[in-house]
Formats: sequence, C-alpha cells, structure tokens
Amino acid sequence: MPWLSTLMAVPVVGAVGVSLVKSDKLAKQLALVVSLVVLVLTAVMAFRFDPALGAAKETRFQFAEVYDWIPAFGVHYGVGVDGIALVLIALSVILVPIVILASWHDADGTGAAAPPRRSVKTYFALLLVLEAMMIGVFAATDVFLFYVFFEAMLIPMYFMIGSYGGAQRSYAAVKFLLYSLFGGLLMLVAVIALYVIAEKGTFMFPELVGVIQDPTTQKWLFLGFFIAFAVKAPLWPFHTWLPDAAAQAPAGAAVLLVGVLDKVGTYGMLRFCLELFPDAAKFFTPLVITLAVIGIIYGAIVAIGQTDMKRLIAYTSISHFGFIALGVFAMTTNAGAGATLYMVNHGFSTGALFLITGFLIYRRGSSQIADYGGVQKVAPVLAGTFLVAGLSGLSLPGLSTFVSEFMVLLGSYERYVVPTIIATTGVILAAVYILWMYQRTMNGPTAEKVKGLPDLDARERWVVGPLIVLIIALGFFPKPALDMINPAVDHTLSNVHISNVHVTPAVAEKKGAGQ
Amino acid sequence: MQSPAEIVPHSTGVVGVSWLMIALPLLGAAILLLGGRRTDRWGHLLGVVMSLASFVVAVLAFVQMLGLDPGKRRMAVELYQFIPGVANIGLLIDPLSISFALLITGVGSLIHIYSIGYMSHDPDRRRFFAYLNLFVSAMLLLVLSDNYVGLFIGWEGVGLASYLLIGFWQFKPSAAVAAKKAFIVNRVGDFGLLIGIFTIWTTFGSVAFKEVFEAAPGAQQNTLTAIGLLLLLGACGKSAQLPLQSWLLDAMEGPTPVSALIHAATMVTAGVYLVVRSGAFFEAAPTAQLVVTIVGVATLLAGAIIGCAKDDIKKGLAGSTMSQIGYMMLGAGLGPVGYAFAIAHLITHGFFKANMFLGAGSVMHGMNDEVNMRKYGGLFSVMKVTAITFIIGYLAIIGFPLLSGYFTKDGIIETAMEHNQILGWLAVVGAGITGFYMSRMVFMTFFGKRRWEDGAHPHESPAVMTVPLIILSIGSIFLGGFLILGNRFMQFLAPAVGLPEELPSFHPFSVPGLATLALVAVGAAFAWFRYGAAEVPRVAPRGSFLTTFARRDLYGDALNEALFMRPGQWLTRLAVFFDNRGIDGLVNGLAAAIGGTSGRLRRVQTGYVRSYALSILFGAAVVVGALLYVGNM
Repeated sequence: MPWLSTLMAVPVVGAVGVSLVKSDKLAKQLALVVSLVVLVLTAVMAFRFDPALGAAKETRFQFAEVYDWIPAFGVHYGVGVDGIALVLIALSVILVPIVILASWHDADGTGAAAPPRRSVKTYFALLLVLEAMMIGVFAATDVFLFYVFFEAMLIPMYFMIGSYGGAQRSYAAVKFLLYSLFGGLLMLVAVIALYVIAEKGTFMFPELVGVIQDPTTQKWLFLGFFIAFAVKAPLWPFHTWLPDAAAQAPAGAAVLLVGVLDKVGTYGMLRFCLELFPDAAKFFTPLVITLAVIGIIYGAIVAIGQTDMKRLIAYTSISHFGFIALGVFAMTTNAGAGATLYMVNHGFSTGALFLITGFLIYRRGSSQIADYGGVQKVAPVLAGTFLVAGLSGLSLPGLSTFVSEFMVLLGSYERYVVPTIIATTGVILAAVYILWMYQRTMNGPTAEKVKGLPDLDARERWVVGPLIVLIIALGFFPKPALDMINPAVDHTLSNVHISNVHVTPAVAEKKGAGQ
Repeated sequence: MQSPAEIVPHSTGVVGVSWLMIALPLLGAAILLLGGRRTDRWGHLLGVVMSLASFVVAVLAFVQMLGLDPGKRRMAVELYQFIPGVANIGLLIDPLSISFALLITGVGSLIHIYSIGYMSHDPDRRRFFAYLNLFVSAMLLLVLSDNYVGLFIGWEGVGLASYLLIGFWQFKPSAAVAAKKAFIVNRVGDFGLLIGIFTIWTTFGSVAFKEVFEAAPGAQQNTLTAIGLLLLLGACGKSAQLPLQSWLLDAMEGPTPVSALIHAATMVTAGVYLVVRSGAFFEAAPTAQLVVTIVGVATLLAGAIIGCAKDDIKKGLAGSTMSQIGYMMLGAGLGPVGYAFAIAHLITHGFFKANMFLGAGSVMHGMNDEVNMRKYGGLFSVMKVTAITFIIGYLAIIGFPLLSGYFTKDGIIETAMEHNQILGWLAVVGAGITGFYMSRMVFMTFFGKRRWEDGAHPHESPAVMTVPLIILSIGSIFLGGFLILGNRFMQFLAPAVGLPEELPSFHPFSVPGLATLALVAVGAAFAWFRYGAAEVPRVAPRGSFLTTFARRDLYGDALNEALFMRPGQWLTRLAVFFDNRGIDGLVNGLAAAIGGTSGRLRRVQTGYVRSYALSILFGAAVVVGALLYVGNM
C-alpha cells in the first residue's frame, strides 16, 4: 500500500469535499473526520515502521515510492520516511485535528476580537490542503519535490493569515510571503545548481548525498539552502517576520506556522545542509552556532520585553529555534536526536500555548498582557492548562521539552563547551518570560474586564487535553520517539563523516576528542 | 578510611517496589488536580492517606535494610530506560536516601495532618493538598534517584511545587511575585547544576551515581573542582545559601505549613543532600570542599544576623533556616564525619524547625494571621501546647544541653574546629547569635506584656494541629542524642558515605562546646534583657545602621536589583527597541527602497501581492527551465 501517497491524498480529497458540502457545520465536521482518518492512518504506518531498518543505506527511507515526474530533468515524485521525517509527520497530523477543533469558531466572525466573517469552508479546506503539503515536505526524497512543497506550503498559509488574521493581517501576510519567497528563490538556484554540478541527472536525494566534493562549490550551495532554511526556521537575524505573522494569524494557523512550517527550516538544515554539503556544514558550523546562541539569548530577552502575548510566544520560539539549530550543528548523536525531538516537542508545547492564548483572546478580545490579570480566579482550568503549557515552554523536567533541551545541550557540550554554557543561560531567561507572563495575566487581583470570563468549555478541553497528555507522556517516556529518531540521526551523522564524540568512561582519552 | 559500599541491584521485598513511595503521592496529586471540585470534600484526606502510605513504604524499606548486612545496604532498583544511552530512571535505596525518605514522608505526613486544620477555612484546600502531594513525590524522586538526571527531575519538581505553594494565594500580588522570584533564583542554581551534569557526562560518560563515583578519583583535579563548584551553585540556589539566598525570606508568603515542610524541613536541605551525595567529587577536590565550607559559614552568619532584626515571626524563622542550613553546608564540606553530623543536623532541624514553624502557624491561626511579633506578647498562658512545644523547639535549636540540636550542631562545630580554627570559631559565634535571636523570638511571642491588636482573641489550635506539634517536639528532644551518641548515625550512614578510621568521640566539656554554651547563654541573656525584661515597643524603633542592614536582608535584594534586575530591564528595552527599529526597520526600509516608494509597498500589501507572488513563482519556473537547458548542453 502506498502509505505516504494515501496520507497526502486523503486530506486533498477531504479539502475538495469540505468546499463542496452545503453547510458550514458539516464542512467543519467533515474536516475534523478527515484529519482524524489521516491521524489513524499515520498511527498504523508508524507501527509498521521498523527503526532497525534505518541503519542500512538501502532501507533508510521506508514506505518509499518513486515515480518519474519530469523524466527529462530527472525529477521524481519520490517519497519515503526515516525516523526523523516520521516523527515530524506525526507531529503534523496530530496537530491538524487539534487545530481544526480549536479553530471551530475562528472563521465565524464571533468572538470578542474576531475579524469580519469569512468563508468558513475555505478556511477548513485550506487547513486540509496545508496538511497534505506538510506531509509531503517531510516525506519528499526528491530534492526538487521538496522544493515544490516548500514553496507551495506558503500559499495556504498566506491566505490563512491574510484573510483570517487580526487587524494587521495583510501586512503580516505579505511580510511572511516575501521573506519566504526570498529564501525560496535562493534555494531554488542552489537546487538547480546542485543538479547541474552533480551531473547525476537526478534530483533524488539519496543519490546526491556525497556527490559534491569541491569545497568551494559546497560552500555556495550550502549557503543557498541554509539561508532559505534560516529564514524559514527562522534563525536570528532572519526572524522579524515571525512575530508579525504569528501575532496576526488566527491561533490555529499560528500553531501550524510555528509548530510545523518553521520546523521545515530546521529539518532542512539537518537533512539537506548537513548531508549534501558536509564539508561546508563543518566550515560554517562556528558561524551557525554563533547565530544560534545569539538567537537563544536574543529571542528570550526580546520575549521578556513583549507586551503582547502572541508576539511573546513567537519570540520564545525564536529562542527555541536557536536551541534546535545548535543541536543540529553540534553534530553529535545526542544533540541531533535532541534537536529532532525538540522540533516535535516544541510543536506540542508552543501549540498548546498559542491555542490557550487564543481561547483567552477569543473571550476578552485583546492580546495585550496588560488587559488581563487574575484570570486564575475566574477560569482555573484555563489558567492551569496555560501554566502547564508555559512550564513546557521553560523546559521543566517531567515535561517533554526538557528531554529535548537537555539532549541538545548535553550533546552540544560534548563538542562546544563555551557556546553551550552561554546557551544554557537561556533556561534562566525562559523562566523569566514564562512566569512573568503568567504572573501578569493569571495572578494578582482579578481585572474588571476579566471578571465574567467563562472557563474552558468541553470542546476547548478536548483541544488542550491531548496536547497536555502528550507533553507529559513524552516527558516521562521519550524512549519510543527517541528509538525512531536515533538510528536516523546516526545515519545522517555518518553521511557527514564526522567523528562522533564518543563519551566513554575512559577519562584520559577525553581531551580534544572530536575537536 | 572505609569506602562506601558497592551499589548492587536489588529487587526483592519492599525495596523492589520502593517506587511506590514516589508513585502514591503523585497519584494523589493527579487525582486531586484532575478531579477538580468533585474531590473537594475528601481531597485533604486523600492527600494525607497518600503521604502516610508513602511513609509506610519508607518504613518497611528501612526495616528491610536494617535486616541486611551493612555492606549490602546500597540497593539499586532499576525502573525503566529514560533517555536511551544517557539516563535511566532508577532508584538508589541506601542509608542516606532512606534517611531522607523517612524525614520527608514522616515530617511530611505530620504537616499534611496539621494542614487539615490550618487550611480548613480555605476554599482551595484540595488544591493545596494536591500540591503538597506533588511536592512529596518530587522530593522523594530527588533523593531516591540513582543518577543525576533523575535527581534533576526531582530537583525541578520540588521547585515547581515550591513555586505553586509560595504563590498559593496567588491573588495576592506579593505572593505571586515571591513565587516567581523563588523559581527564577533557583533557576540560576539549576543552570550551575545542569552544566555540572554535562561536565560529569563528558568526563565520565555516564550520569549514574554508581559509575561516576567509582571513576571520580581518577579524573583530573581541575575537572573535579569545576564539577564540585557547579554542583555547589545548584545547591546554593535550592538551599538558599549565599549568594542565592534572597528568595527564601520572600517565600514566607506561602501558607505556613508550606514554610515548615518545604522551606524549612525538606526542600531547602536538598542542596546539602546534593553535596553529601556527590562526596566522591568533593573529597577529591579540596578547593571545592573549602568553598563549600566558606559558603556554609558565610550563610550561617548572614542568616543569623538577618534573624536578629526580623519582627515578622516567619521571616525570623526563615533567617534561622538559612543559618542552620549554613551549618549543614559547613558539615557537608568536611568529609565523611562532617556528612554524618550534617545529615543528622538536617534531620533534627527538620523536626525542631518544622515544630517551630507549625507553632508559629498555630499562633497566627489564633491571632487573625498576624505575623508581627511586636503585636504578640504574653501568649504563653492562652496557648499552652503551642507555647511549650515551640519552646522545646527553641531549646533544641539553640543547643540546650541534651536536646537534639545540642548534639548535632556541636558535632559540626567540633569537626569544623579540627579542620580550620577560623571556620570553627565563626560557627561558634553563629551559635551565640542564634541564642540571641531565637530567645528574642520566644520572649516577644510568648512572654512579656500583651501587645495584641484590638479584636485578637488568641486561642489554642485544635488537636489536629497540636498533636503533630507534640510529636515533632518529642523528636526535637530525643532524636539528636539518639543519632549521635555512640556514633549510631555515623555507622548507619557509613555504607553510603564512607567512614574514617578514627571515629570522633563525644566530649561534653570540650573548649568549643563550652564556649558555644557560654555564648548562647550570653545571647539569650541579652535577649531577655532587651525583650523579656524590658518593654517591647509596638512599632519598631529606627535602629542603628547595623539593624537596618539586617532588616534589609543584608542588602541582598538591593544588590540583585542593582546588578541584575535593572541592567536586565535596560537590556530588554534596548533589545526590543533594536528589534523593532533596527533589524525590522532595516528590512522594511530595504523593501521600500526596492519598491521605489513606500506607497508602492503599501499597494503591494493591499492586493497586488498575489500577482507579485505568482510572478515570482513563474519567474522561478523560467529560471529552472533555462538552467536545465544550459545544464544539458
């Protein structure tokens, strides 16, 4: 059975169905059912996935399908997943039904700060189309196909921000699109150059690994890919589109934007930048790690200074993307696996934060922190879930984000001591931005305009519940996810030809290992 | 020197299911938090039952351990793989961890019971018990874990519980701020602990106690010193030692049982546990050990001085807690003999300080939550049980002969004296100050004229509160002698921390011992002169420079504000400005420049962008085609 094609086809067909049905309510229900079908299919596929096969080159990508697409140029419809891609697809398909349920009234024009009513059906159809593309971008094993998905993803997201967002939506949407297109164009040039220089007559990723040998060529091509991914992720200093986009997007779209779309950037660094251009990656590592560490601290400090909840969360994400980039470029098993897991955990954690904030804004009609206060008193469940999500944002042990942040830092420390120490100060800043926001919104005397706010209703609890269960479950039992990720990361690192830092009890050998 | 015993896997009996100690209170917390208002009626009872059940498991495991040969008393209980290749979740049941487990669940259960009465009028009592259960669970994970990652999970877990409980009355801004401050200051310590764990990992390739302690003596001196200092930074955060002490006094915003359990008896002693547990590193790194003792002495003096100036009974006790943990930290920096005294003092302190905090709570309960001792006075006659138990705790802490504190604190002082006379004498001075400020507290509260506010009708607390007080005060009397005489506790602890060849013997009439007693007597007499015999003004007099210094917590907060908070605020403002105007302004300006005019950009924003985007995609396709064509030529 062509698992991955099915996974993409179901939401596309679903999107058509959603746009055709008569009533808005039916459209929502259909969208939810379709996304749940995709979720179940993915779960079955994940069970059939064998992490052990990932170690061998031939069986690295499972559920692989390869068909010629544009034979003249060696472009294929090539899909397949290794452990890294699989967990990111899992992240996407888990988030989509949750976002659909959370966005139930976001296009209705109800709510205290809602934009004018727009087509409900279109919104949910766009969500499903986006889901197909998110699956495609992680599953693509053909570089050109990856590029196509990479760019095509922008379109549904552009409309979701531009048509359904807040007051500044068109400014934010355009900024988002222009930044992404700029990065995308650089990448396109690099993709084509890769094809031309490799002289393999194919865009298939496995066949392009290790082909480019010339160091200078590697460096240029690396930059083409890397800048695109750095804008997408976004890495400091390419980040300024994110706070606008995330703050203006409806909460559900913000979740997919920050939770999944941005991960394509970090995923791309891990998959393409490292494996296709290993020498260039090593050459640029000091630069990237510098940017990553600056991003961690800078994002956190600017987050502390925000007065708008959604912008604050967006800046925390910039800090978190710094951690992911650090983990990717530290090039150790722990850091790489930690970075991959970080991508997943951050999706759940920030997803929960954005959604709960969204519920709050829906009630009160403002995203300004100063408009709140004492919410805990009137809506204890909302406040409680907000706190759990927030604590996962500051990587509290026992929650999933701790595992990934710990692994990233531990793995980076194996190779880069000083940058890791600086990065670790981020854990202090994280406590400041999260707890200060919590204090200002949830604690203290209840603000006048907050007094009547209702607590989370049943639908909203179904939105937040699964995320919190996942955050806690992965916090205590990360092994299932790591078992999938680890062989894939090892494979990636072996393609980078880097001597992994072997941390062994042999104390004496430690000095200078892997430097 | 007898080395610690080997850690061997063990899976039989109660030890095999010792994870229940952690799981039961965790389950209690989960039920109470998820069950919501439905569990309001019986929530507090469930909380007590879960804590008691945990205590029973601890006692049974302890009994099982006593039945074993001392060399076999370090039992590892494997649970599950956590981060494959890095860390597992597993428990280490040994004399050190079981001592803590008994203290945490024993004193913890008493405080749970006491809280039934203390919190009976609070509409959120259920949530309070949920957090207390969560705390007990996390604290047990901290002390029972067999590796540093598991320890760290518990470490931050107790930090969370502490945050939630300090801010329990979160509608009070002061409580919310204090909770946040505690968490953030602790995170500074956690930063050190994290880097310490990373260094342990890169040095030894493991984070498991068994492996790293065996390999520790072979590592480089500098590395060991670094590890020691980093762990110490973590310990300073959790245990409110200088320079990370400032959060503890504010933490008194929490309900009094919380102050007793978390901020006196158990959580704040976690730093001492960490240092003692990591003895293998410290013993091989004398520099780090020396710093531990210096931090300990500095804090024991600072806490005592702060204690002298506080009129708020809880803050006075908090200063005292800092100071007493300073003694423990001093002991923890003195090797195996010091460890035994430090842990023994930690346990007896757990009893007498919990005793006094709960006593203070009982007083507040009867005085409309008044905490200002200048508005107390003469309470002895109206709350006899509270007063007598409090005074027993007081006698224990000042080291009144034959009471608990006498044995354990004296042990630390004598051991310090053997190592370093200066540290030893400073510790003696600290004991004298303790004699003063604790006597002051007792005189101001229970004796002298009644300075009550109008409408105060002090009364004795109900039995559910006084019975725990009585039990704790019994411990405050006898526990010290029981542990110290005949080196009983030292021998018990030996399999976990080692034992020197020459055991210390108890000299009741040594010079430092007599000097301590004399200074304490002077301190107490001075307090009697100032606060017992003389009239205590209801409004605090202005006081000298020194008094102000002490009242302001030795300017710790002012220092933090000047060094970190205000520069931090400026940095934040600068960064936000830079981000809005600098980077983003540059990009927007560039876009405008490319577009020719800003008007053009605005048009792009309002609808032309679709065609713009499409034209880019189209252009891209053309480029692709062209390049492919060129490539194929």
